[in-house]
Amino acid sequence: MDFDALISGLDRHTLDGITRGSIYALVALGYTMVYGVMKLINFAHSEVFMVGTWTVLGVYTAIGATSGSGLAMVIGATLLALIAAMLASAGTALAVERIAYRPLRKKGAPALIFLITGIGCSMVLVEVFGQVLRVFFGRPFGRVTVNIPAVLETKTVFTIPGVDLAVSNTRILIIVGAIVMMLALDAFVNRSRLGRGVRAVAQDPDTASLMGVNQERVIMLVFVLGGAMAGVAALLYTVQYDITKFDIGFIIGLKAFTAAVLGGIGNLRGALVGGLFLGIVEVYASAVWDSSWTNVYAFVVLVVVLMFRPTGILGESLGKARA
Amino acid sequence: MSQILDAVRGLALGERWNHAPKVVRWAVMLLVIAFAFYLPYLNILPFAYIRTDLTASGSDWASVLFLIVVYMIVAVGLNVVIGLAGLLDLGYVGFYALGAYSVAIFGSTNSPVVQALQSRFGLSEDWAVPFAVCIPIAILVSLVAGVILGAPTLRLRGDYLAIVTLGFGEIIRITFRNLDGISNGAAGITGVPVPPGPETDGRAFFNTIDAERWYWLALAILILLIFLARRLEHSRVGRAWLAIREDEDAAAVMGVAGFKFKLWAFAIGATLGGLAGLLFGSKQQYVEPNAFMVNLSFLFVAMVVIGGSGNIFGALLGAFLLTYLPERFREFVDWRPFAFGVALVAVMILRPQGLVPSRRRAREFEDRRHEAEEAAADV
Repeated sequence: MDFDALISGLDRHTLDGITRGSIYALVALGYTMVYGVMKLINFAHSEVFMVGTWTVLGVYTAIGATSGSGLAMVIGATLLALIAAMLASAGTALAVERIAYRPLRKKGAPALIFLITGIGCSMVLVEVFGQVLRVFFGRPFGRVTVNIPAVLETKTVFTIPGVDLAVSNTRILIIVGAIVMMLALDAFVNRSRLGRGVRAVAQDPDTASLMGVNQERVIMLVFVLGGAMAGVAALLYTVQYDITKFDIGFIIGLKAFTAAVLGGIGNLRGALVGGLFLGIVEVYASAVWDSSWTNVYAFVVLVVVLMFRPTGILGESLGKARA
Repeated sequence: MSQILDAVRGLALGERWNHAPKVVRWAVMLLVIAFAFYLPYLNILPFAYIRTDLTASGSDWASVLFLIVVYMIVAVGLNVVIGLAGLLDLGYVGFYALGAYSVAIFGSTNSPVVQALQSRFGLSEDWAVPFAVCIPIAILVSLVAGVILGAPTLRLRGDYLAIVTLGFGEIIRITFRNLDGISNGAAGITGVPVPPGPETDGRAFFNTIDAERWYWLALAILILLIFLARRLEHSRVGRAWLAIREDEDAAAVMGVAGFKFKLWAFAIGATLGGLAGLLFGSKQQYVEPNAFMVNLSFLFVAMVVIGGSGNIFGALLGAFLLTYLPERFREFVDWRPFAFGVALVAVMILRPQGLVPSRRRAREFEDRRHEAEEAAADV
């Protein structure tokens, strides 16, 4: 127990926690939206994120962006990587829905089977990057950690006076990027016509289809949106950590799902709250105790929250968000 | 594949079995059991191709058989949780690890706990908790872990159970990896004790070379467990599980205490998982945290679901296929997880009820399919 370490570095730990939490929150959106509409944990969503990180690497390699490129190149490469990652992740999510979930939905299979095919898809995607692509193309694919060039170099932009906390450009990008994306998604679901369809299906699928909402299309939309958010998270993750790996998704996916449940699964704003909360708790707990237990803290938090407030911090309400 | 299965169904084996005289049934069962015990020595040519040690890189046939039977025990236990009570437990490897580690921590002279006890009570360096005492400890530890995990989480919705149990499996592994003073951290514990037995050829009866003895031991335990599980399935508890699985609210109205019976299922499943882990750890004579990765949990669940949840023989078939095939085709070791994932998706989409579902479970699926079709037709 080392509370001094926490208190003396409180500002730094909080910033770390928010950075980490922003990424959890973005990935959590995918879980929470799919759960809100289909009452299903999309186990393959962690791999949707993983595909995004590889896409970023692919874009950087293709256009030859490395650390130390000129400003125009940095902005261009980052934007291109963002769009490519969003498209690739959304495409992956859509493919998972097509292959693993739609046929089962037609058969009216019980929820358990959806989880199994989700796990199966997740394994296939992991192995595509860990094994299949390595056999055909060699490195960088395979079961090793791969470095991604730090196209956007970390520089201190300003220092918060008083606490002497240096804020770097990457952190600003991650936190602002995550929050902007969340606000955009929140506005889309709450204000647009398509978003109204999503909320209607989440509330009551049968009535929604009577009112002329195309349920299949809503489900596809939800997978695309969730996938795109995972793509954003993938870019932001690579900006901060500069690595990817074939099984990178597993732990992040688990944390993101925990974040979704913490905030109230099915609730978009809950994902943000849960993600930030989880990120901060993890960093604080690692500072006070030992960082080799980080993954344990996340689950302890989850179990405690589920015991005392099973619906999460903000409650479950994609449908009831704003009618 | 479904055509083949339909052809098999055309033989109406189940019908014939149920109408066969009792003497015939017993005779067939005894023959099957006798054949299972003979398997390590199988050398008659066309059949010998199923052995896994035909190529130089192949693995020891009797050891593979042992692993298959251990995983079958796991499948029997997990079938109670998933197949009978309908609870998705993704942290089953946690109980398996607890069983293996219990016998290592208390029974091995190399474990930090035993060494601490030795110095505390002035015991000799050869002293450790006897194997016969380790068995109840391992079973008790897994049972208590099952109840501790189940008590808060089984009141929650089913999906949450999946994620909390998944976390539990990881927590157990991380705990054993980090607690140097109890489980010797990432290095693991060597010298896990083996069951006592008469010494033969200057070696302990249960040793690392004569794997067929382990196989026979595990097989005997498995047969006993199958018998017990069948009795349990048709008991009052088994009927309560069935009622909860099909409709928990309706069951509650009829006076079936959902939580209590779910906890029972969880505890029984945990116990069998611990028992399987005990056998595994004892045979390996070595436990380490990396032997209990979360993928193993997925493998366990896949065994039960692919085989046909709810049917004990389906679970056994699933355990057999998913353990035997990877060992038989060892040359493709790098492709195993990929093939496993593809198989998981393909089998579940083509046959959501599993390869050999229980008759009642198959009817439940049929009902659901009709409901889905009607709902689609209504719209």
